Amino acid sequence: MGMGLLFDATRCVGCGACSSACKEQNKLPGPVEEVLTAYTWTTVQPREGLNVRRMCMHCEVPTCASVCPVAALTKTPEGPVVYDAERCMGCRYCMMACPFEIPKYQWDRPVPIVGKCILCAGRLKEGKQTACAEACAYEATVFGKKEDLVWEARTRLRQKPGEYVNHIYGLTEAGGTSVMAISSVPFDKLGLKTKLPGEPPAMRTWQVLSNIPDFVAVWGVLLYGVHWITARREDVAHAEAKDNGRENRS
Amino acid sequence: MTDTATLASRRFRPGFWTFVAGILFLAFLTVTVIRFTKGLGAVTNLSDKFPWGIWIGFDLLCGVGLAAGAFTLTAVVHLFNLKKFEPIVRPTILTGFLGYSFVIVALLLDLGQPWRIWHAIIYWNPHSVMFEVAWCVMLYTTVLAVEFAPVVLERFGFNAPARFIHRLITPLVILGVMLSTLHQSSLGTLYLIVPSKLHPLWYSPMLPVQFYISAIGAGIGMVVLESYLSKRAFHRHLEMDLLEPLARGMVVALGIYGLMRLQAIQRNHAFGSILEFGYEGRMFLLEFTLGVILPVALMSFRRLRSDPNWLVAGAFMAVLGFVMNRLNVSITGMEAASGTRYIPSAMEVIVSVGLVATGMAVFAFAVRNFSIFPGGPIGAGPDPKPRA
Repeated sequence: MGMGLLFDATRCVGCGACSSACKEQNKLPGPVEEVLTAYTWTTVQPREGLNVRRMCMHCEVPTCASVCPVAALTKTPEGPVVYDAERCMGCRYCMMACPFEIPKYQWDRPVPIVGKCILCAGRLKEGKQTACAEACAYEATVFGKKEDLVWEARTRLRQKPGEYVNHIYGLTEAGGTSVMAISSVPFDKLGLKTKLPGEPPAMRTWQVLSNIPDFVAVWGVLLYGVHWITARREDVAHAEAKDNGRENRS
Repeated sequence: MTDTATLASRRFRPGFWTFVAGILFLAFLTVTVIRFTKGLGAVTNLSDKFPWGIWIGFDLLCGVGLAAGAFTLTAVVHLFNLKKFEPIVRPTILTGFLGYSFVIVALLLDLGQPWRIWHAIIYWNPHSVMFEVAWCVMLYTTVLAVEFAPVVLERFGFNAPARFIHRLITPLVILGVMLSTLHQSSLGTLYLIVPSKLHPLWYSPMLPVQFYISAIGAGIGMVVLESYLSKRAFHRHLEMDLLEPLARGMVVALGIYGLMRLQAIQRNHAFGSILEFGYEGRMFLLEFTLGVILPVALMSFRRLRSDPNWLVAGAFMAVLGFVMNRLNVSITGMEAASGTRYIPSAMEVIVSVGLVATGMAVFAFAVRNFSIFPGGPIGAGPDPKPRA
């Protein structure tokens, strides 16, 4: 199941240490912006008296990875959805398709690439936690094995039922994600997408794409059959006109 | 053949439209330079919230869709053996080839790093619809080029290779029809992945089939339109005996497509949003009336189909409605979910219009110099330099 993050909106004070740590870790230029951009991979937004972190959710079956024509985006077994800038040709289908609207583009550069949180994949390989979780002094963002985080979130919801909306955001959204959130305010009011399908959107296109080999075979035979019948008819018509009935044809 | 004499008098003389095409082409070049030095943000109104604009919605979706006449007519002539349509196959293949070239040029501008376009050949992701689109564009453009090659080869006296291609025409046409079927439908499949973003008036699990059938309808409309345009430009006659039955095919395709659309909207319980008459509802009504109801209703009458003016009007509405549909799917239907409005920048429009103008100029150059239409090259003296 891999690693993940749990964000607790009731604990976040909005200090922005996570965003700054992210900038430093990933060597992103410029100050932390209010919304996600190609240069701000995570940011904290004040909503409904709470502070909510925006970042890539690292889907279990990532829509971005399924749509990328050159497989520049991939899900690693450790949890992160990583991006290979050397492969990317810039079609931006990932931006179109992402149900959480996470990948952003370098619109200002002549040689642009996509920017999004990669869950500090390099640090994870070294056995370290993400830079943002390390920087959080209030345990609003905690890092761990995904099953442990689900356990932790369930415990918090059960122990203080009045203080939380009874839902772990990310458990089922778009088929489940490695990053999860809990909150005292309904998630749509925090600006998170809530009307998401429970199964990964990638299934919808795969249902079509997986049928292509069958389709090619059937359609090819059918088209050739049509040609064969019409051509044969013409041959027969020619022959009949020529022989004028002297020869029996089946 | 009788009008070859009149055609011969239509020798190329630069006029008003040459001038317009030249200006548009220069503007297109200017925008291209800015785009590659300052980035996409400097020339387009695209943003993180709205990453695909008219270069995808119009240039790609419509460029491919309106090229559908090529595979439809080659199938009718070479597979269904309806030889009487043969005289209009060549202009359709030329349109198809130009349409696909137009798409590729637009993609070279739209892609962030177009010099990596070949990456789709070496890095595979069969789960990606875009991967399928990339391969179909590559392969079908090649098929169209080969199908058109005999015209160029014959012109320069290379008859042996032309005959060789002609012998391969059946497998070539079958390949072309298969690739087109996959490709036309895959453009609809592109939008299957955004169930939470595309407005219910347009989203449907049947999008691939809808895109395929509507492309056949509009592709036929395009065949009628280009016959009409070349008639006007070169004082040719309109092949009414061929176009009238084609219009019947258009009615059938658009009729099936219209029913599928209504069924999809009913399944999405989205008829309410038409009655609300909001932004999406109005755009849908305009698209559906223009692209389906009017052409199907009008072209159902033999008397109107047989009247050149009505026939051209019907075809024009079908093509316009088709363009509106593709823009609605790619832009109108995505705006609400994106939380922003997208209006293309002047430079985006210049690129699209400049490409259309260039395509028309190349078409005009080709019909003057090659045997595209039954009467042979239009204009006796070969015109050495291409316009625009």
